[in-house]
Amino acid sequence: MATTTVAVNQKMWGGGKSPFNIEYGKVMMWYFLMSDAFTFGAFLISYGTIRFSSNGWPDPNEVFQSFPGLGSGLPLMFVSLMTFILIVSSVTMVLAVHAGHNMDKNGVVKNLILTIVFGAAFLGCQAWEWTHLHHEGAWWGANPFLNADGTASSTNFTNYFFTITGFHGFHVLSGVVINIVMLIMTLTDTFEKRGHYLMIEKAGLYWHFVDLVWVFVFTCFYLI
Amino acid sequence: MSNLHTTEHTEQHGGSTKEIWNVTIILSVLTIVELALGFWMMKITSDSTRFGFKGIIVILMLVKAFYIVAYFMHLKHEIKNMIMTIVVPLALFIWFIIAFLYDGNSYKNLRNNYDSFKKSQSEIKVEKKEAAHGESHKTAE
Repeated sequence: MATTTVAVNQKMWGGGKSPFNIEYGKVMMWYFLMSDAFTFGAFLISYGTIRFSSNGWPDPNEVFQSFPGLGSGLPLMFVSLMTFILIVSSVTMVLAVHAGHNMDKNGVVKNLILTIVFGAAFLGCQAWEWTHLHHEGAWWGANPFLNADGTASSTNFTNYFFTITGFHGFHVLSGVVINIVMLIMTLTDTFEKRGHYLMIEKAGLYWHFVDLVWVFVFTCFYLI
Repeated sequence: MSNLHTTEHTEQHGGSTKEIWNVTIILSVLTIVELALGFWMMKITSDSTRFGFKGIIVILMLVKAFYIVAYFMHLKHEIKNMIMTIVVPLALFIWFIIAFLYDGNSYKNLRNNYDSFKKSQSEIKVEKKEAAHGESHKTAE
């Protein structure tokens, strides 16, 4: 009978057993990322809707065709570099999480540093690209590029480009900051004392999500 | 704290280093194929062929997304309830994408049919402006 009374008083799930067999913080990180996926999804679908409702749209190969130090006329090259930087950073993050499972502090530190470096490199690339486009006259509310068929273009193209890549870039920046915090916590043995590196996994989930969003942004803006 | 500890130890650690490298290779190859299609597409002028290429690129994008979520984010190795609680809500996107893109396209067709001024305005070719910095671009407004 005693157990029945406990069950009646307990209106909410009270712990004791994890329903999804993963730690609470990770479940919450997944739910946060799901809400973030809806935010990015809404942005990208809005972009798609406007693009489908326009008679013309600029050709990404004409807009994004410059590479620092090599001049212009090189479509897709710079964004390929950015994509590979982000994929590699995602791999080093997985390796950091993997090292965390094995309680390998040095492995975590090494791979976290690499992830931070690649994340910063990606941000640098994006800063260069934004500066370059701004010099060409592109900004929110200003579009110097013509549509692919040679007709006048609206500012929708630049508005969406800067808003969505900006929002993604801000996520990358937050990810780099989170990873730096994780690195400091690892170096000060916080996770060693705690007995597990679950925090690295949560940071890892966030970082992979940032990479995932880039897969969509890259395809929607640069490829198609 | 002890509760947290036991949870951690019962979690399944499916991902091995070998799996990580396999997924890395798959992702790189998919990206290279996407880029190759992108370069190839530049030479194609037929709209319907370009549309087909774009379709293939979108499918490759979804495959990449699956590999990142399933292996890098470890979702494939979680228990089914966890997978369902993430994947089922995201199925809303199927409806979002179809409905909104269809709506955008329909708006374009309606406007082209009923607003002939707007349509004729959008068919005027403009001379390409050479990279003059700053002010000259704002005349478009």
